[in-house]
Amino acid sequence: MENGNGCCFSSVSSIATLSSVAVVVILILIRVLHVIYCSGRPLSKRASKPVSTLIILGSGGHTAEMLNLLAVLQKDRFNPRYYIAAATDNMSLQKAMMLENSLASESGIKVADTAQFMKIYRSREVGQSYITSVWTTLIATVHALWLMIKIRPEVILCNGPGTCIPLCVIAFIFKVLGIRWSSIFYVESIARVRRLSLSGLLLYKLWMADQLFVQWPQLQQQYPRATYVGRLM
Amino acid sequence: MGGEKTKRVIFVTVGTTCFDALVKAVDSETLQKELLAKGYTHLLIQMGRGSYLPTKSEGDCNLVVDYFTFSSSIADHIKSASLIISHAGSGSIFETLKLGKPLIVVVNEDLMDNHQSELGEKLANRKHLYCASPQTLHQTIVDMDLNALVPYSPGDATPVAKHINRFLGFPDD
Repeated sequence: MENGNGCCFSSVSSIATLSSVAVVVILILIRVLHVIYCSGRPLSKRASKPVSTLIILGSGGHTAEMLNLLAVLQKDRFNPRYYIAAATDNMSLQKAMMLENSLASESGIKVADTAQFMKIYRSREVGQSYITSVWTTLIATVHALWLMIKIRPEVILCNGPGTCIPLCVIAFIFKVLGIRWSSIFYVESIARVRRLSLSGLLLYKLWMADQLFVQWPQLQQQYPRATYVGRLM
Repeated sequence: MGGEKTKRVIFVTVGTTCFDALVKAVDSETLQKELLAKGYTHLLIQMGRGSYLPTKSEGDCNLVVDYFTFSSSIADHIKSASLIISHAGSGSIFETLKLGKPLIVVVNEDLMDNHQSELGEKLANRKHLYCASPQTLHQTIVDMDLNALVPYSPGDATPVAKHINRFLGFPDD
Protein backbone atom coordinates (compact mmCIF):
# COMPACT_ATOMS: atom_id res chain seq x y z
CA MET A 1 0.00 0.00 0.00
CA GLU A 2 1.16 3.56 -0.71
CA ASN A 3 0.83 4.82 2.88
CA GLY A 4 3.23 2.29 4.41
CA ASN A 5 3.15 -0.36 7.08
CA GLY A 6 2.23 1.98 10.03
CA CYS A 7 -1.14 2.88 8.63
CA CYS A 8 -1.87 -0.69 7.66
CA PHE A 9 -1.17 -1.90 11.20
CA SER A 10 -3.43 0.65 12.92
CA SER A 11 -6.36 -0.09 10.64
CA VAL A 12 -5.96 -3.81 11.25
CA SER A 13 -5.83 -3.31 15.02
CA SER A 14 -8.89 -1.07 15.01
CA ILE A 15 -10.76 -3.68 12.97
CA ALA A 16 -9.62 -6.29 15.50
CA THR A 17 -10.83 -4.16 18.42
CA LEU A 18 -14.17 -3.51 16.78
CA SER A 19 -14.61 -7.19 16.01
CA SER A 20 -13.80 -8.18 19.62
CA VAL A 21 -16.27 -5.64 20.97
CA ALA A 22 -18.92 -6.89 18.55
CA VAL A 23 -18.31 -10.50 19.57
CA VAL A 24 -18.54 -9.64 23.28
CA VAL A 25 -21.76 -7.67 22.74
CA ILE A 26 -23.28 -10.54 20.76
CA LEU A 27 -22.29 -13.05 23.43
CA ILE A 28 -23.86 -10.88 26.13
CA LEU A 29 -27.03 -10.54 24.07
CA ILE A 30 -27.24 -14.28 23.59
CA ARG A 31 -26.72 -14.79 27.31
CA VAL A 32 -29.43 -12.21 28.15
CA LEU A 33 -31.89 -13.86 25.78
CA HIS A 34 -31.07 -17.25 27.26
CA VAL A 35 -31.64 -15.91 30.80
CA ILE A 36 -34.98 -14.40 29.77
CA TYR A 37 -36.02 -17.68 28.14
CA CYS A 38 -35.12 -19.74 31.22
CA SER A 39 -36.68 -17.23 33.63
CA GLY A 40 -40.09 -17.65 32.08
CA ARG A 41 -40.12 -21.37 32.66
CA PRO A 42 -40.68 -23.12 36.01
CA LEU A 43 -37.50 -24.39 37.64
CA SER A 44 -36.69 -27.80 36.27
CA LYS A 45 -35.52 -29.41 39.48
CA ARG A 46 -37.88 -30.28 42.34
CA ALA A 47 -37.10 -28.02 45.28
CA SER A 48 -35.38 -30.01 47.98
CA LYS A 49 -34.47 -27.33 50.47
CA PRO A 50 -35.67 -23.90 51.64
CA VAL A 51 -35.02 -20.90 49.40
CA SER A 52 -33.61 -17.63 50.71
CA THR A 53 -36.24 -15.00 50.06
CA LEU A 54 -36.06 -11.25 49.64
CA ILE A 55 -39.33 -9.47 50.42
CA ILE A 56 -39.54 -5.88 49.20
CA LEU A 57 -42.00 -3.79 51.18
CA GLY A 58 -43.69 -0.54 50.12
CA SER A 59 -45.80 1.96 52.01
CA GLY A 60 -49.39 1.51 53.08
CA GLY A 61 -51.44 -0.88 50.98
CA HIS A 62 -48.36 -2.49 49.44
CA THR A 63 -47.26 -3.85 52.80
CA ALA A 64 -50.77 -4.98 53.70
CA GLU A 65 -50.98 -6.96 50.45
CA MET A 66 -47.53 -8.47 50.90
CA LEU A 67 -48.25 -9.57 54.47
CA ASN A 68 -51.45 -11.15 53.19
CA LEU A 69 -49.42 -13.18 50.69
CA LEU A 70 -46.80 -14.14 53.29
CA ALA A 71 -49.54 -15.43 55.56
CA VAL A 72 -50.25 -18.26 53.10
CA LEU A 73 -46.67 -19.08 52.13
CA GLN A 74 -45.07 -21.98 53.96
CA LYS A 75 -42.44 -20.39 56.15
CA ASP A 76 -40.23 -23.45 56.28
CA ARG A 77 -39.85 -23.28 52.50
CA PHE A 78 -39.13 -19.53 52.22
CA ASN A 79 -36.33 -19.18 54.64
CA PRO A 80 -34.29 -17.17 55.59
CA ARG A 81 -36.42 -14.11 54.85
CA TYR A 82 -34.88 -10.72 54.19
CA TYR A 83 -37.20 -7.72 54.40
CA ILE A 84 -36.23 -4.47 52.69
CA ALA A 85 -38.20 -1.24 53.01
CA ALA A 86 -37.50 2.33 51.93
CA ALA A 87 -35.51 4.44 54.40
CA THR A 88 -38.38 6.91 54.85
CA ASP A 89 -41.00 4.20 55.42
CA ASN A 90 -41.30 3.73 59.17
CA MET A 91 -44.25 1.44 59.47
CA SER A 92 -43.61 -1.37 56.98
CA LEU A 93 -40.62 -2.94 58.72
CA GLN A 94 -42.45 -2.68 62.05
CA LYS A 95 -45.39 -4.61 60.60
CA ALA A 96 -43.05 -7.24 59.17
CA MET A 97 -41.29 -7.54 62.54
CA MET A 98 -44.64 -8.07 64.25
CA LEU A 99 -45.42 -10.89 61.82
CA GLU A 100 -42.01 -12.51 62.36
CA ASN A 101 -42.22 -12.11 66.13
CA SER A 102 -45.58 -13.87 66.27
CA LEU A 103 -44.24 -16.67 64.04
CA ALA A 104 -41.17 -17.03 66.24
CA SER A 105 -43.15 -17.20 69.47
CA GLU A 106 -45.42 -19.87 67.94
CA SER A 107 -42.61 -22.11 66.81
CA GLY A 108 -39.97 -21.34 69.39
CA ILE A 109 -37.38 -20.26 66.80
CA LYS A 110 -35.44 -17.02 67.24
CA VAL A 111 -36.46 -14.31 64.80
CA ALA A 112 -32.82 -13.49 64.06
CA ASP A 113 -32.28 -17.00 62.68
CA THR A 114 -34.97 -16.77 60.04
CA ALA A 115 -35.53 -13.07 59.29
CA GLN A 116 -33.53 -9.90 58.78
CA PHE A 117 -34.76 -6.34 58.29
CA MET A 118 -33.03 -3.68 56.21
CA LYS A 119 -33.65 -0.20 54.89
CA ILE A 120 -32.74 1.07 51.44
CA TYR A 121 -32.45 4.57 49.98
CA ARG A 122 -35.55 5.36 47.99
CA SER A 123 -35.43 5.78 44.19
CA ARG A 124 -38.22 8.36 44.25
CA GLU A 125 -40.43 9.90 46.94
CA VAL A 126 -44.16 10.27 46.23
CA GLY A 127 -44.58 13.56 44.35
CA GLN A 128 -40.89 13.96 43.56
CA SER A 129 -40.20 15.31 40.09
CA TYR A 130 -39.08 12.72 37.56
CA ILE A 131 -35.95 14.72 36.73
CA THR A 132 -34.44 14.75 40.24
CA SER A 133 -35.57 11.14 40.52
CA VAL A 134 -32.85 10.13 38.03
CA TRP A 135 -30.12 11.11 40.52
CA THR A 136 -31.82 9.59 43.56
CA THR A 137 -32.42 6.40 41.59
CA LEU A 138 -28.68 6.15 40.87
CA ILE A 139 -27.86 6.43 44.57
CA ALA A 140 -30.54 3.91 45.39
CA THR A 141 -29.03 1.57 42.78
CA VAL A 142 -25.56 1.67 44.37
CA HIS A 143 -27.11 0.96 47.76
CA ALA A 144 -29.18 -1.82 46.23
CA LEU A 145 -26.04 -3.36 44.73
CA TRP A 146 -24.42 -3.40 48.16
CA LEU A 147 -27.46 -5.09 49.72
CA MET A 148 -27.86 -7.62 46.90
CA ILE A 149 -24.21 -8.66 47.11
CA LYS A 150 -24.79 -9.39 50.80
CA ILE A 151 -28.11 -11.21 50.41
CA ARG A 152 -28.01 -12.92 46.98
CA PRO A 153 -31.57 -14.25 47.39
CA GLU A 154 -32.96 -17.23 45.48
CA VAL A 155 -36.47 -15.79 45.47
CA ILE A 156 -37.61 -12.16 45.28
CA LEU A 157 -41.18 -11.15 46.18
CA CYS A 158 -42.30 -7.65 45.32
CA ASN A 159 -45.56 -5.91 44.65
CA GLY A 160 -45.08 -2.49 43.24
CA PRO A 161 -43.13 0.21 45.03
CA GLY A 162 -40.33 1.85 43.04
CA THR A 163 -37.94 0.44 45.65
CA CYS A 164 -38.09 -2.87 43.84
CA ILE A 165 -36.75 -1.70 40.49
CA PRO A 166 -33.03 -1.26 41.34
CA LEU A 167 -33.12 -4.53 43.28
CA CYS A 168 -34.77 -6.47 40.45
CA VAL A 169 -32.44 -4.98 37.82
CA ILE A 170 -29.42 -6.02 39.86
CA ALA A 171 -30.92 -9.48 40.41
CA PHE A 172 -31.32 -9.79 36.64
CA ILE A 173 -27.70 -8.75 36.07
CA PHE A 174 -26.57 -11.32 38.66
CA LYS A 175 -28.47 -13.93 36.65
CA VAL A 176 -26.78 -12.90 33.42
CA LEU A 177 -23.34 -12.93 35.05
CA GLY A 178 -24.00 -16.25 36.76
CA ILE A 179 -23.57 -14.80 40.27
CA ARG A 180 -26.97 -15.98 41.56
CA TRP A 181 -30.18 -17.22 39.96
CA SER A 182 -33.12 -15.34 41.58
CA SER A 183 -36.71 -16.17 40.69
CA ILE A 184 -38.49 -12.83 40.64
CA PHE A 185 -42.20 -12.85 41.47
CA TYR A 186 -44.04 -9.58 40.99
CA VAL A 187 -47.64 -9.26 42.24
CA GLU A 188 -49.27 -6.13 40.82
CA SER A 189 -51.26 -4.27 43.45
CA ILE A 190 -55.01 -4.75 43.71
CA ALA A 191 -55.27 -1.00 43.21
CA ARG A 192 -54.16 -1.48 39.59
CA VAL A 193 -57.39 -2.27 37.78
CA ARG A 194 -56.95 -0.92 34.27
CA ARG A 195 -53.24 -0.12 33.93
CA LEU A 196 -50.02 -1.57 35.28
CA SER A 197 -47.94 0.53 37.66
CA LEU A 198 -44.66 1.98 36.39
CA SER A 199 -42.73 -0.76 38.21
CA GLY A 200 -44.97 -3.46 36.78
CA LEU A 201 -44.72 -2.02 33.29
CA LEU A 202 -40.91 -1.84 33.42
CA LEU A 203 -40.55 -5.41 34.66
CA TYR A 204 -43.06 -6.61 32.06
CA LYS A 205 -41.60 -4.80 29.05
CA LEU A 206 -38.02 -5.67 29.97
CA TRP A 207 -38.96 -9.33 30.58
CA MET A 208 -37.33 -9.12 34.02
CA ALA A 209 -39.94 -10.77 36.21
CA ASP A 210 -40.07 -14.56 36.08
CA GLN A 211 -43.78 -14.32 36.84
CA LEU A 212 -45.94 -11.19 36.89
CA PHE A 213 -49.29 -11.66 38.65
CA VAL A 214 -52.33 -9.38 38.20
CA GLN A 215 -55.48 -9.25 40.30
CA TRP A 216 -58.04 -8.03 37.75
CA PRO A 217 -58.91 -9.87 34.52
CA GLN A 218 -58.74 -6.81 32.21
CA LEU A 219 -55.02 -6.48 32.97
CA GLN A 220 -54.37 -10.02 31.84
CA GLN A 221 -56.11 -9.28 28.56
CA GLN A 222 -53.91 -6.23 28.02
CA TYR A 223 -50.73 -7.96 29.13
CA PRO A 224 -50.93 -11.56 27.90
CA ARG A 225 -47.69 -12.69 29.55
CA ALA A 226 -49.13 -11.79 32.96
CA THR A 227 -50.90 -14.38 35.11
CA TYR A 228 -54.36 -13.56 36.52
CA VAL A 229 -54.71 -14.80 40.08
CA GLY A 230 -57.85 -13.07 41.35
CA ARG A 231 -58.00 -10.67 44.28
CA LEU A 232 -55.60 -11.16 47.17
CA MET A 233 -57.36 -8.76 49.54
CA MET B 1 -80.22 7.65 82.13
CA GLY B 2 -80.96 11.19 80.86
CA GLY B 3 -81.31 12.15 77.23
CA GLU B 4 -78.01 10.67 76.08
CA LYS B 5 -77.81 10.16 72.37
CA THR B 6 -76.18 6.99 71.05
CA LYS B 7 -72.65 7.80 70.06
CA ARG B 8 -72.30 7.50 66.28
CA VAL B 9 -68.82 8.26 65.06
CA ILE B 10 -67.62 9.18 61.60
CA PHE B 11 -63.98 8.30 61.19
CA VAL B 12 -62.05 10.17 58.49
CA THR B 13 -58.67 8.74 57.51
CA VAL B 14 -55.96 9.76 55.03
CA GLY B 15 -53.61 6.88 55.87
CA THR B 16 -49.93 7.74 55.60
CA THR B 17 -50.55 10.52 53.07
CA CYS B 18 -51.16 14.26 53.01
CA PHE B 19 -54.71 15.01 51.87
CA ASP B 20 -55.56 18.54 53.02
CA ALA B 21 -58.43 18.82 50.52
CA LEU B 22 -60.35 16.06 52.30
CA VAL B 23 -59.67 17.42 55.78
CA LYS B 24 -60.84 20.87 54.60
CA ALA B 25 -63.96 19.35 53.06
CA VAL B 26 -65.02 17.69 56.32
CA ASP B 27 -64.11 20.81 58.27
CA SER B 28 -67.04 22.62 56.65
CA GLU B 29 -69.98 23.74 58.76
CA THR B 30 -72.57 22.79 56.12
CA LEU B 31 -71.17 19.29 55.76
CA GLN B 32 -71.05 18.82 59.52
CA LYS B 33 -74.66 20.03 59.85
CA GLU B 34 -75.63 17.43 57.26
CA LEU B 35 -73.89 14.69 59.25
CA LEU B 36 -75.60 15.85 62.44
CA ALA B 37 -78.95 15.74 60.65
CA LYS B 38 -78.24 12.15 59.63
CA GLY B 39 -77.82 11.19 63.28
CA TYR B 40 -74.03 11.20 63.67
CA THR B 41 -72.61 12.62 66.89
CA HIS B 42 -68.84 12.55 66.57
CA LEU B 43 -66.34 13.30 63.82
CA LEU B 44 -62.81 11.96 64.30
CA ILE B 45 -60.21 12.96 61.72
CA GLN B 46 -56.92 11.13 61.20
CA MET B 47 -55.03 13.76 59.23
CA GLY B 48 -51.71 12.03 58.48
CA ARG B 49 -48.98 14.22 57.00
CA GLY B 50 -51.38 17.06 56.22
CA SER B 51 -50.72 20.63 57.28
CA TYR B 52 -54.30 21.90 57.46
CA LEU B 53 -55.62 21.73 61.02
CA PRO B 54 -59.38 21.28 61.38
CA THR B 55 -61.35 23.02 64.11
CA LYS B 56 -62.07 20.99 67.21
CA SER B 57 -65.56 21.29 68.57
CA GLU B 58 -67.67 20.08 71.48
CA GLY B 59 -71.23 20.35 72.69
CA ASP B 60 -74.65 18.83 72.28
CA CYS B 61 -75.82 21.00 69.41
CA ASN B 62 -72.72 20.45 67.27
CA LEU B 63 -70.89 17.50 65.95
CA VAL B 64 -68.06 16.69 68.38
CA VAL B 65 -64.95 17.10 66.25
CA ASP B 66 -61.46 15.90 67.11
CA TYR B 67 -58.34 14.99 65.17
CA PHE B 68 -54.94 13.29 65.37
CA THR B 69 -52.08 12.66 62.96
CA PHE B 70 -51.14 9.00 63.10
CA SER B 71 -51.85 5.90 65.08
CA SER B 72 -50.05 2.56 64.90
CA SER B 73 -53.32 0.84 64.08
CA ILE B 74 -56.50 2.51 62.94
CA ALA B 75 -58.42 -0.77 63.18
CA ASP B 76 -59.84 0.16 66.59
CA HIS B 77 -61.04 3.53 65.30
CA ILE B 78 -62.68 1.83 62.33
CA LYS B 79 -64.37 -0.73 64.56
CA SER B 80 -65.93 1.89 66.81
CA ALA B 81 -67.14 4.08 63.92
CA SER B 82 -70.49 3.98 62.13
CA LEU B 83 -69.20 5.45 58.88
CA ILE B 84 -65.71 5.73 57.43
CA ILE B 85 -64.59 8.43 55.01
CA SER B 86 -61.22 7.43 53.61
CA HIS B 87 -58.63 8.41 51.05
CA ALA B 88 -58.46 6.01 48.13
CA GLY B 89 -55.49 4.00 49.37
CA SER B 90 -55.99 0.27 49.05
CA GLY B 91 -54.75 -0.39 52.58
CA SER B 92 -57.44 1.78 54.17
CA ILE B 93 -60.12 0.59 51.77
CA PHE B 94 -59.66 -3.10 52.40
CA GLU B 95 -59.11 -2.74 56.12
CA THR B 96 -62.50 -1.01 56.31
CA LEU B 97 -64.31 -3.41 53.97
CA LYS B 98 -62.99 -6.42 55.88
CA LEU B 99 -64.40 -4.98 59.10
CA GLY B 100 -67.77 -4.67 57.35
CA LYS B 101 -68.11 -0.91 57.83
CA PRO B 102 -69.84 1.48 55.41
CA LEU B 103 -67.27 3.47 53.46
CA ILE B 104 -67.05 6.61 51.35
CA VAL B 105 -63.80 6.73 49.41
CA VAL B 106 -62.54 10.19 48.46
CA VAL B 107 -60.10 10.40 45.57
CA ASN B 108 -57.17 12.84 45.87
CA GLU B 109 -57.11 14.67 42.56
CA ASP B 110 -53.77 16.34 43.37
CA LEU B 111 -51.80 13.10 43.07
CA MET B 112 -49.45 12.95 40.08
CA ASP B 113 -50.69 9.77 38.50
CA ASN B 114 -54.15 9.22 39.90
CA HIS B 115 -54.46 5.49 39.60
CA GLN B 116 -56.23 5.28 42.94
CA SER B 117 -59.50 6.36 41.36
CA GLU B 118 -59.52 3.08 39.39
CA LEU B 119 -59.94 0.99 42.52
CA GLY B 120 -62.47 3.33 44.13
CA GLU B 121 -64.58 3.41 40.96
CA LYS B 122 -64.38 -0.35 40.46
CA LEU B 123 -65.54 -1.08 43.98
CA ALA B 124 -68.24 1.64 43.76
CA ASN B 125 -69.51 0.01 40.55
CA ARG B 126 -69.84 -3.22 42.49
CA LYS B 127 -71.70 -1.27 45.20
CA HIS B 128 -69.25 -2.08 47.97
CA LEU B 129 -68.72 1.61 48.80
CA TYR B 130 -69.39 5.15 47.62
CA CYS B 131 -66.76 7.04 45.68
CA ALA B 132 -66.43 10.83 45.63
CA SER B 133 -64.04 13.76 45.23
CA PRO B 134 -63.53 16.45 47.89
CA GLN B 135 -65.95 18.64 45.88
CA THR B 136 -68.67 16.01 45.55
CA LEU B 137 -68.35 14.65 49.10
CA HIS B 138 -71.18 16.77 50.48
CA GLN B 139 -73.62 15.66 47.78
CA THR B 140 -72.57 12.03 48.21
CA ILE B 141 -73.36 12.25 51.92
CA VAL B 142 -76.74 13.82 51.20
CA ASP B 143 -77.65 11.11 48.66
CA MET B 144 -76.10 8.06 50.33
CA ASP B 145 -78.13 5.02 51.32
CA LEU B 146 -75.85 2.84 53.41
CA ASN B 147 -78.33 -0.04 53.39
CA ALA B 148 -77.90 -0.31 49.63
CA LEU B 149 -74.22 -1.22 50.00
CA VAL B 150 -73.23 -4.81 49.21
CA PRO B 151 -70.91 -6.58 51.69
CA TYR B 152 -67.41 -7.28 50.37
CA SER B 153 -66.20 -10.86 50.31
CA PRO B 154 -62.45 -10.99 51.00
CA GLY B 155 -60.03 -12.23 48.38
CA ASP B 156 -57.68 -15.18 48.68
CA ALA B 157 -53.93 -15.26 48.35
CA THR B 158 -53.68 -19.05 48.00
CA PRO B 159 -53.79 -19.12 44.14
CA VAL B 160 -50.67 -16.94 43.98
CA ALA B 161 -48.96 -19.03 46.63
CA LYS B 162 -49.74 -22.18 44.62
CA HIS B 163 -48.29 -20.68 41.44
CA ILE B 164 -45.13 -19.61 43.23
CA ASN B 165 -44.68 -22.99 44.90
CA ARG B 166 -45.22 -24.90 41.66
CA PHE B 167 -42.86 -22.60 39.76
CA LEU B 168 -40.11 -23.25 42.29
CA GLY B 169 -40.66 -27.00 42.23
CA PHE B 170 -42.16 -27.41 45.67
CA PRO B 171 -44.69 -30.24 45.99
CA ASP B 172 -48.40 -29.37 46.16
CA ASP B 173 -49.78 -29.54 49.68
